[in-house]
Formats: sequence, C-alpha cells, structure tokens
Amino acid sequence: MPESIPIDSVGLVESQAYHFDDPLTLRSGKVLPAFDLMVEAYGELNANKSNAILICHALSGDHHAAGYHSMDDSKAGWWESCIGPDKAIDTRRFYVVCLNNLGGCAGSTGPTSINPQTGKHYGPDFPVVTVRDWVKSQVMLMDRLGIEKWAAVIGGSLGGMQVLRWAISYPARLANAICIAGAPKLSAQNIAFNEVARHSITSDPNFHEGNYLEKGTYPKQGLMLARMVGHITYLSDSAMRAKFGKSVTDFESDQASFGRDLRTGKLSFGFNVDFQVESYLHYQGERFSENFDANTYLLMTKALDYFDPSVDFDGDLSKAFADSNCKFMLISFSSDWRFPPERSREIVNDLLKADKEVTYLEIEADQGHDAFLLPIPRYIKAFSAYLKRIHQEIVSDAT
Amino acid sequence: MRPDLEIIQKWITPGSRVMDLGCGDGGLLHYLKTSKGVREIGLEIDEANIQHCIENGVNVIEQNLDQGLSNFQSGGFDTVLLTQTLQALSNPDTLIDDMLRVGRNGIVTFPNFGNWKSRLYLAIKGRMPISKFIPHQWYNTPNIHFCTVKDFDQLCVQKNIKVLTRTVVDSQHQGSWYMRAWPNFLGEIAIYHITRGESA
Repeated sequence: MPESIPIDSVGLVESQAYHFDDPLTLRSGKVLPAFDLMVEAYGELNANKSNAILICHALSGDHHAAGYHSMDDSKAGWWESCIGPDKAIDTRRFYVVCLNNLGGCAGSTGPTSINPQTGKHYGPDFPVVTVRDWVKSQVMLMDRLGIEKWAAVIGGSLGGMQVLRWAISYPARLANAICIAGAPKLSAQNIAFNEVARHSITSDPNFHEGNYLEKGTYPKQGLMLARMVGHITYLSDSAMRAKFGKSVTDFESDQASFGRDLRTGKLSFGFNVDFQVESYLHYQGERFSENFDANTYLLMTKALDYFDPSVDFDGDLSKAFADSNCKFMLISFSSDWRFPPERSREIVNDLLKADKEVTYLEIEADQGHDAFLLPIPRYIKAFSAYLKRIHQEIVSDAT
Repeated sequence: MRPDLEIIQKWITPGSRVMDLGCGDGGLLHYLKTSKGVREIGLEIDEANIQHCIENGVNVIEQNLDQGLSNFQSGGFDTVLLTQTLQALSNPDTLIDDMLRVGRNGIVTFPNFGNWKSRLYLAIKGRMPISKFIPHQWYNTPNIHFCTVKDFDQLCVQKNIKVLTRTVVDSQHQGSWYMRAWPNFLGEIAIYHITRGESA
C-alpha cells in the first residue's frame, strides 16, 4: 500500500471500458460480433493528437501499466518503472494508452465474459485470438480515440510482437516501433514450455474442459504449475542464484546448507519445501492462480505460439517489413534465455535487409527475460534518450 | 570537426546510404545526415558512444566489428566508412574485404605508423611511441594492428583493391606538397578512398 504516491508516479488512475459494436473478424475466420476493451491512459493528449503512445502488454499483463487504482493497492501498474512523470515514457510529454487485449481477464472481452448468445461465460468457447487480431482491435480503439498516428508503439516480449505487427500491417499509423526483449517467432523450446504450461492446466481435474466457472471452481493447481514453469523461464540462472543462492560464507558451517539457501536452515529429509526457491515459486504460482484466468492463459500462450509474420512472405521476414516506414528501436538483454539477444538480432538483420532505420542495443543484465520490466540504468537511459528524440521531433513538427 | 572527416565528407554523395564502422558518438553521421541527407547507420560497441548516437538521433547498431559484417547484404550501402578504427580490429584485412562487399566504395583512415615522429621515437628512445595522438601504453592500447602507408598500399595490391584517392595529412589535417611527395615519412594520418578492383 503506498502511504503517499511517489512523485514520479502517475498517481491514482482509473480504467475505462470502450464498447465496440462493429463485428471483428478474427484470423481464425470466427467473428466477435461485439466486444469491450478495458483501457487506461496517462498524460495529456496534445492539440493535434501527435503525442500518443500505445503500450502493448505481454503474457500476463493488462491495461493497468502504471499508477495505483486506490491507496489500498499493494502494487503499482506492471510498467511503473518506465511510465510516469520524468520516467523513460514521460507522461508530462506523452499521452500513454494501454489496453487489456481481447481474450484477457482484466475487463476486456474474454473467456470470463458473458457470451450474449448463451447468457453463460464464454469459457473455452472464446475464439482463439492472434497478435494480428489484437492489433486490429487496437486500431479500432485508436480510431475511437481520434488518434491518426501513434508517436510510438512500445512493448516487451509478447508486447514486442504486437509492435512488429503494427509496423508490418499499419505502416501509416505509427512513427516509431520499440520492441524490447522480443522475437520474430517462437523457438521450438519456447513452444515446448508453453505446451507444458497448457498441459498442466488442462490436466487439472478442476479444469472441466474449460467450463470450470460454470462449476464454481477453477484449475488452481494447474494454473500454479503453469506459472511456476513460466516464472523459471523469465529469470536467469544468475538472477536465481543472486536471489536464492547465498554464498557459502553467508552461512554458519554447522547448518550444513552450504549456499543452498534453505528455508528453515536445515534439511527436512522429506518432500516438503526445503529451499527458498521452492517457496518463492509456490508463492508466485499461488498468487497468480488467484488473479488470472486459466482459459486466458491458454489463449495468450497460443497467440505467442502462432506469431510469425513471415508466413505471409515465403518465410522471409524482411519482405514483411517492405512497407514499414517507421523508425525501429530494439533492445535485448544478455541473460534473457527466453528471447535471447540472437532473436532480436534476427529481427534487426531483417530490418536492415529491408533497408529500414534501426537502432539496436544489447543490454548487459543478469535478470533474464524479466529485465525489460526492471530499472536497469543503461536500458532506462537509452530508452529515455530515444523517447526524448521522438518528443523533440513532435515539437519541431508542430512549429 | 576532426580534420580527416573534413576531407572525407567531400567523397559522400548527397542522399546516399552510408554505414560508419565504429561510428563513435555519431558526430560524422549526424553531420552527413543533416548536411547531405544521407541515410545512415552506425556500428558501435562502446556503451557511452551508443548513448551519444541515440541522443544525436543517429541510427546505431550495437555490434562488434571483430565478428564481421555477415549480417549485412552485399551492395546494401553506397559508402562504408572506417575512420581511425582499422588499427583496433582483430582482423583488419578481412573487415576491409567485408566493407567492400557491403559498400560500393569505402573510406579508410588510420594513423600512419611510418611517420617520421614514430620512427624517431622508436630509434632514439627504443620504446613504443606515445604521442598526444596515440596516448596509450603498449599493454593497454586498443590499437593492436598499426600499419604504415606503405603497408596499406601493399594490402590493397594483394587484395586487388583499387585506390581512388590517397591523401595524407598532419594531425591538424593540413596537407602539403612535401607530404604528398613523402607520404609514408611525413603523413600523420592516412586517408584512403577505395573500391573493389575490376577483376579479382
């Protein structure tokens, strides 16, 4: 709970639902006749609406990217480290928009919404949505807000994939594409981890083929396990070591724990939680399972698996970028093994092949994939400088 | 502006595509972008320099030149620049091949180790030359592959590289008739405008 709002926070914020009655034809061919998008916005839109930035969220994110909903909130929005007055995405300069994507569970239409045709929760009947579908709905939101062109579309991880889709499919509607810790498509290993997560959910006896809400329950164990596996892939070995593997000298020799960071200081010689890292993962999984919908988790991982904009261009991503005319910034992190720097470099190379304007940074960081959410000094400094340039261009264009 | 840059900017066609290998703070590219409308890309490894490039609004890719340019297409650029960086590369010869593959022409500048001051320093003191221009000790210098004008000429012959222009200047970037007459002895900075020879 914040006793007082930090000076560099956007402060107390409110979400707003936008209803759309225009049917949305999805990549799968299915049609969503109507839908809601839950949106948050920070900062002021300028007179000619040229200072708007779209933030795209990742797997478990939502529209609440910054600030607090009430003074009772234990935590700020998911990208509080980068969005706020005087932060990298400076809300004194930019009008920052973030939405919960379709299929989400934080207010936009998704599996937990009521299907108007049946009067019941959509549950497993909610259609599979792709990155392309999300971006299509984001364009509809943009039109509703009266914004002609985003000054930048920004996202990390799965959010970065939405950024790439924007640059490919709607080139006239963004000036800058900032893709952080992204990938051109998933690797077999990435998909494998997603499949383990999905399988753990669908094999939970409380899953009821996705109709758990109708039964008044939810697949808690499966969702916990899915999150635990996911969480391991977001951290690096060194990040975990730093968090849980204290050096031998930090321990009393008679404890015989030798740097293994035992929870109670001694081994249980049973199958209980012995190590700090175990209780940490249990805690993370537990908290997540109470706040996130299992069907949404399945949908989000599928959207990740399906993302590959090169499929429409004979597998050549550089051709996909042919019409893009925004500037690109890509950032990767050295210890990210989910989407390692090589994956970002693949995108960079295809952008260069397509003769696009690109800036690329490889940040030395121990925190793994999660690094993009953390205030790593070099990352924040470069990110801030790039956005400051964008703002200068907006100001000079206006005069 | 650094004196070698003053000379080489004359060889850049307005509106062309220019890549600068080891672009530093992006100063040259920024100048070429604003004065000649080139489409620029800089390659750099130093964090502080990369930050300056971003602040200067210059496109920069974090990339180690010692890993080559295999991620760039052949003929993707009009001019590829390599200014005061040659001597710090692990494999300067292969990078020059690569730069002439990626660019239609290349501009290379380097401190001429054949200059009389270096020769005299080594001859009299018997120690590795240190100057205001090259201030490092032998053990901490980033400059691991010094060469002379004569050495570079030789490399161009070996590799069938055509020298379009060769000029040498002093550290104030002044040229003179006597430097042109004895470039390897009097020139402090060598500046080459090169392209791939007709037939390999």
